[in-house]
Amino acid sequence: MQHIYFDHNATTPVAPLVLDEMRTCLAEVYGNASSIHYFGQQAKERLETARRRVAALLGAGEKEIVFTSGGTEADNLAILGAVRAAMPASGRPARHVITSAIEHPAVLNTCAQLQREGVAVDYLPIGSSGIVDPDDVRRALRPDTVLITIMHANNELGTIQPIAAIAAIAREAGVSFHSDGVQAAGRIPICVGDLGVDLYSISAHKFYGPKGAGALYVRKGTPLAPILFGGHHERDRRAGTENVPIFSAMGVAAANLPSTDLAPLRDRLERAVLDRVPDARINCAASPRIPNTSNICFDFIEGEPLVIALDLRGFAISSGSACSSGAVEPSHVLRAIGLSDRQARSSVRISLGASNTVEQVDALVEAIVDSVTLLRRISPEGRLVQIYV
Amino acid sequence: MSETILVAMSGGVDSSTVAGMLLREGHRVIGMTMQLWNQRRLPEIATENASGRCCSLDDVYDARRVAAQLGIPYYVVNFEEQFEREVVEPFVNEYLAGRTPIPCTLCNNFIKFDKFLEMADTVGAPRIATGHYARVDFNAESGRYELRRAADSAKDQTFFLFGLTQPQLARTIFPLGDRLKPEVRGLAREMELAIADKGESFEICFVPNGDYAAFMDAYLREKGRPREATHGDLVTVGGEKIAEHDGVHHFTVGQRKGLGVAKGEPLYVISTDPASQRVTVGSNDRLLRATLLARNVNWVSWPGLTAPARAEVKIRHRHQAALATISPAGDNVEVRFDEAQRAVTPGQAAVFYQGDLVLGGGWIE
Repeated sequence: MQHIYFDHNATTPVAPLVLDEMRTCLAEVYGNASSIHYFGQQAKERLETARRRVAALLGAGEKEIVFTSGGTEADNLAILGAVRAAMPASGRPARHVITSAIEHPAVLNTCAQLQREGVAVDYLPIGSSGIVDPDDVRRALRPDTVLITIMHANNELGTIQPIAAIAAIAREAGVSFHSDGVQAAGRIPICVGDLGVDLYSISAHKFYGPKGAGALYVRKGTPLAPILFGGHHERDRRAGTENVPIFSAMGVAAANLPSTDLAPLRDRLERAVLDRVPDARINCAASPRIPNTSNICFDFIEGEPLVIALDLRGFAISSGSACSSGAVEPSHVLRAIGLSDRQARSSVRISLGASNTVEQVDALVEAIVDSVTLLRRISPEGRLVQIYV
Repeated sequence: MSETILVAMSGGVDSSTVAGMLLREGHRVIGMTMQLWNQRRLPEIATENASGRCCSLDDVYDARRVAAQLGIPYYVVNFEEQFEREVVEPFVNEYLAGRTPIPCTLCNNFIKFDKFLEMADTVGAPRIATGHYARVDFNAESGRYELRRAADSAKDQTFFLFGLTQPQLARTIFPLGDRLKPEVRGLAREMELAIADKGESFEICFVPNGDYAAFMDAYLREKGRPREATHGDLVTVGGEKIAEHDGVHHFTVGQRKGLGVAKGEPLYVISTDPASQRVTVGSNDRLLRATLLARNVNWVSWPGLTAPARAEVKIRHRHQAALATISPAGDNVEVRFDEAQRAVTPGQAAVFYQGDLVLGGGWIE
């Protein structure tokens, strides 16, 4: 059976050029980028080329890029590092962070850790639009607020947050502003200068790069304490021998983004699903969204069986977020935008990528129509509807 | 004939072997594990060694590993919400009401088979298979699916399966029903399954160390309705108070250990009364009962009971089935044992057999 991939927000396949770069580096560029000899210089050159490429992706200066092991580490470094840097040596310590209810667990659980360490955290509620209201940010500000962290694009809904407006508020208040840009980088053009952020996280494997590579943009002058301790790598901001093959491959991915506009394909998918499946809704359809992501609620069935049924027909999509066992938990994001538990469970995410074609999307729609019909016949709720409608 | 079969995989030897056996027979096998309870949910009672309990990460890891070894599709599905509603809540409420429930039977009745059959429809599997030790036959004469004890009498699990309905039995296969446990382990080794030498689990999956009282306290605290501090009297059959205790839910009929009193003769819990928080203790012979009433009876191999009949009746998993006469009593069944039985416990199940055949069963009033 042929398997077709529609889960690009989970991860993307590595682009051929990226694979070539990794292979070359692993085979030939084995020096330690900190070494002074020829081998070290070769590695250093690859690393710094990659840094320039990643900086170019974000419209940043190359000295403002810190490589990390991925989006999660970048988020941890940004949040823990900014809060710890704001702790004065003596006197009243920093006490307050503002974030939103729809952040990725890498942000939410880092904030939860800060709470355990005595920092107050406000999780801003989100309306049905899936968009943070900048006025909520303004209202949440306190004299002891040291960090605002709001994601750029939401991983489940695809909604794009008003980063520039929030950044203006942060700047006015003199508070550092971090944005988790993991789902935005490579999907929409990004200029950290225009956005006005101080800190911005990205992850290579969301834009056809390798897993295990990420970066944090740190605007020049932003106070940031390290969270890993060791050698003087990454300008003392992230200790550990640089993973040159992985970071170099990330640079290649950043410099070779696919030019495909996925919005028409996404719109075709959504129109077809709404036309052919009754009682289906696109979550946050009216909000600004990244072009590849569609979150669809199918009444009377659960998302989890739909994902399984489609997988067995060769179509990979997702629902909710995987918990530690691999089972699906009802999404905190969908509940945060006001969906009932039931609606949250009935929703699935389809995230398109550069290799998806019109034919693949049409085949997916057929499979969805068949599977939803079948599942509605099976599910107790679906049966009730058939009886009473 | 080859068909698609959904196998309920727990990560243990039995269900892993079932998946391997069916694959060998040429079926298209899909593996699935139900995530029923988050073992890290009540941290105050969590134990280091959570493996061997269902839904522990170790077990899911093992099930996934076996599925990968066999090269079959494998999914973990989340039924935590249903499990809490249909099994954990009733378990806690029954216990608080002074009865001793069997969550495994509740789970089989309301979650496992129902939900698995629903998932089977989802994946296009006409039938499901589990690692239970039991046998199902179709009796063309009566037109009913019959449930029979397993060939391995030590492993027989029919006591927990008396709630199965005819539609459920029609679509369920128990490939281990004719096998002995050592044989099953041998098959697992022969197929080189990663879990071939894994130990057995006997605990109730969501209760660490079998400590019901600690589980309930933690659960009710989490729910924001902490159990009121209870205490009551421990009295003899004659009504003499000999000690105090901190709640009837710490006691179950027939219990001897942990009474906190020493009298000349061994004492056992004869009965508990949640209303007065009174626990009555007495000598072993006081535990003997000749009759019981079974409620919410499900008939399996028999369509029902219209006249008194002879049967062997089992009142605990490890109980030696005892000869009795079963008679219809309204919607219920009255069981009259030939010889009085020890520790007939309200809330437990009474299952009726004739030889290997499971006639049906119900809940002890």
